[in-house]
Amino acid sequence: MSNPRPAVIGADVPRVEGIDKVTGHVTFVDNIEPPGMLHGMIRRSQVPHGRIRRIDTSRARQLSGVYAVLTGEDLLRMDIDPYIGPAFKDQAPLAIGKVRYAGDPVAAVAAVDRDTAEEALDLIDVEVEELPAVFDVQDALRPDAPLVCERLVPAGTFADLIELLGGGDVPATSNACFQYKLRRGDVAEGLRRSDRVFEHTFSNPPTQHSDLEYHCSIAQWEASNRLQVWTATQSPSYVRIMLANMFRLPESRVRVRVPYLGGGFGSKLYMKLEPLAALLALVAGRPVKIRLTRNEEFFTITKHGLVAKLTTGVTRDGRLLARDCQIMWDTGAYADIGPRVTHKSGYTSAGPYQIPNVRIDSFSVYTNKPPAGAFRGFGIMQVCWAYESQMDIIAREMGWDPVEFRLKNVLREGDVQATGTVVHSLGLDQCVRAVADAVAWDYREASAPHPTGDGARHLVRGKGVACSMKAVITPSVSAATVLVHSDGSASVLSSSVEMGQGSDTALCQIVAEELGARLQDVAIVHPDTDVTPYDLITAGSRTTFHMGNAVRMAAIDARSQLWPTAAELLDAAPDDLTAQDGRVWARTASDRSLTHGQIMMARFGGRAGTIEGHGLFETHHGSTDLDTGQSDRVTAHWMCGATAAEVEVDTDTGQVRIVNLATAVDVGNAINPFACRQQIGGASVQGTGPALLEEMLFEAGQLTNPSFVDYKIPSFLDLPDRLQPLTVEDPHPDGPYGAKGIGEAGIFAIAPAIANAVADAVGARIPSLPITPEKVLRAIAPP
Amino acid sequence: MKHDVTLTVNGRVHRMVVESHRTLLEVLRGELKLFGARESCGMSLCGACTTLVDGLPVSSCSYLAARANGRSIITIEGLGRPGALHPVQEAFLAHGAFQCSYCTPGMVLTAACLLEENPAPSVDEIKEYMAGNLCRCASYGEIVEAVQAAAGQMPGASAPRGPLRAGAVQEDGHGDGC
Repeated sequence: MSNPRPAVIGADVPRVEGIDKVTGHVTFVDNIEPPGMLHGMIRRSQVPHGRIRRIDTSRARQLSGVYAVLTGEDLLRMDIDPYIGPAFKDQAPLAIGKVRYAGDPVAAVAAVDRDTAEEALDLIDVEVEELPAVFDVQDALRPDAPLVCERLVPAGTFADLIELLGGGDVPATSNACFQYKLRRGDVAEGLRRSDRVFEHTFSNPPTQHSDLEYHCSIAQWEASNRLQVWTATQSPSYVRIMLANMFRLPESRVRVRVPYLGGGFGSKLYMKLEPLAALLALVAGRPVKIRLTRNEEFFTITKHGLVAKLTTGVTRDGRLLARDCQIMWDTGAYADIGPRVTHKSGYTSAGPYQIPNVRIDSFSVYTNKPPAGAFRGFGIMQVCWAYESQMDIIAREMGWDPVEFRLKNVLREGDVQATGTVVHSLGLDQCVRAVADAVAWDYREASAPHPTGDGARHLVRGKGVACSMKAVITPSVSAATVLVHSDGSASVLSSSVEMGQGSDTALCQIVAEELGARLQDVAIVHPDTDVTPYDLITAGSRTTFHMGNAVRMAAIDARSQLWPTAAELLDAAPDDLTAQDGRVWARTASDRSLTHGQIMMARFGGRAGTIEGHGLFETHHGSTDLDTGQSDRVTAHWMCGATAAEVEVDTDTGQVRIVNLATAVDVGNAINPFACRQQIGGASVQGTGPALLEEMLFEAGQLTNPSFVDYKIPSFLDLPDRLQPLTVEDPHPDGPYGAKGIGEAGIFAIAPAIANAVADAVGARIPSLPITPEKVLRAIAPP
Repeated sequence: MKHDVTLTVNGRVHRMVVESHRTLLEVLRGELKLFGARESCGMSLCGACTTLVDGLPVSSCSYLAARANGRSIITIEGLGRPGALHPVQEAFLAHGAFQCSYCTPGMVLTAACLLEENPAPSVDEIKEYMAGNLCRCASYGEIVEAVQAAAGQMPGASAPRGPLRAGAVQEDGHGDGC
């Protein structure tokens, strides 16, 4: 069957939900209120590590308006599996036995309103015997360090984390809960044969997603033992499976619905508030909503801090010969998805380069801090910060142009990546060239300050570049259904979550394209696990590639059921048909056409019937050698991006201003070019936060800046003078119309590009994020 | 302590009793079921809860409901509606000036106020005026473009502080759908 001429694909189609968004009418979970709903709130530990001696809830239970009070002890008495966690089952909705960070939930109440719930929380007495704690990954790995988690029980849920089972369900012997290992060639020999060897350590602190919509979940039990949940999650299918496990229910008795999300960026993945809301609702016998405050967000999930030591050998002619990466991830008190972050970023921890000898040892390490999970890129931002900072140091010390040095070493079509997987469809070379052009790259010998020319000697400028790549989560599954209704309009049933990235629009575009329907006749059905089929997660830049393929297959399936009727009516062969803008015609006789409604009418003999198309898209992983990390297929596709920055540094104040920020991402083929550029531009500006502003600050395990007063995210005033989001198109044969995922690649290289530009401007290197004015001043004039 | 208050919200009069500590945001969302104003930071720092009180933008998360007694309040639901959008909403739509849109009502209301005060703001003036509204998706560039585009489209641009003043919405007959 031939394809209709691309019409909707590749067009700057406005958002399908735009009118709802500018009028404020979109539904977020916190707008939903089932009748009789109670409000749940959480009491948190003030101690970073300690044994729970006693929790007295008697006074709280007696308060008027309180329907339920729960502690970890109570969970043990219920007929449930209280332990959750996407990698290890190391976390309970309320701490059992021990608290592991200051902020760990220890008790929860459900009451008629938030005032009453808050009052009840104050009436709970918590006695905790403090234990020695660890806050730093290096301390946590010492042999005598106190253990944060005593037992490692793999969750066994995700296919890509099945390797955890190898080391699982054993008493923990250290705070490292997971190690990713990669061995390629002979690193010792490679370093020996190198003309120069560079060794550096880079670090970045934990940061917080700060998606403006806080976590919010509502649970309601029906008398027939059926659980209904509305929740702000990026992973509705996973939440249903895990709630079914926890309450020992068939998945068919758990219904999870997700309206729009007010941002996600990885914070709303896996299970967060859903189990606790369901537990409170069960005990209270009423629906319960839990929503967090901004303060609580900082104690719920974070982006991993990292310490990375890189040893790199180069030849005199500018080739990378060997690289050794020793990486420690601060996963906090609970592993959450830390092992996946360690694993997925492990593949490319040595950078997007052709290096014959690579050794990577990457550890996911427990500390007594808030749990760290996924953040836009699953760790790629952090490893890119390290390897792209070092690439720049090497280039400048060797007197090489940083752009040329990268172009000499970047992976290209047919190269073998460090994992042993051959690289296909990676437009990284084009991305680097595009951003270099965008900032009028003009390499000069380093270290000479470059006055701006306006006579102000304290303002100096510099340019920097950085690039990165990532493997998409593999294996993975996305399923979708397309319904064609009696009037010919269509619904798209997908469990992909619209959290701002524009997936509703892209998926509708794909279905409109395949059916030849008008975009306004295609509507999306938001995740509802009773209705929308399974999808792994809405994260990791998966949706356009995976769900895009699934809805495309579903639309083709629906079309193939409609076409025979149309062919009959048009006296043509089904293969001769084409469709666009809601009309179907035979290429051989374009004067006669039918609407989809007319075809449905003919098919069912009246205004009746439904045509149902199904799509299932799966990707598969090659077998991996656990000792060397070598595999013929670690990923279904690679994504990549590059950033070039021009900055102006005030050498009196240390303030860094971004004059020009250009980021190019290989989008494969843009389904919606405007939406692609918007994602890339948004990711770029978001990336300036961790680069220049954001850092969670701790003192003895106590977070000291959990609010927007002290934790600053980029505002209008932080917008670069010039922002250039650029697309490169190297189509992927397996992507829908050649498209690739792009949600993350725009943020990967922002921080190192800015740091490299600062180094170019002031001749000094800052090895830890964020690049604060204080650090700049100290780097310029060491005390 | 409880207060008898009269709030005119989107041209509709509401008489109610509120406790001293109740915020305007809690009343809008909890009592009036107007969900366009959204809480995020809870301390007047992000602008997601922006609401117009007598034509001026306030952070309704920290503005006490009792203080709004006798005043005219406009939320995003009262600014425009499908088919009769405010020029700022039209411009946000045309320029795709949103992603998740959690911040959008606050952005739109703040921008509408800016254009009432300054019908032709420069880029720097837009950034300065709107610096208290955060967008974590970081669509700031598109928002600046949208505000600039809307600047030329404002009704009565020569008569500053007109349409958003008390009473204007009643004349237009825009309801809040309650």
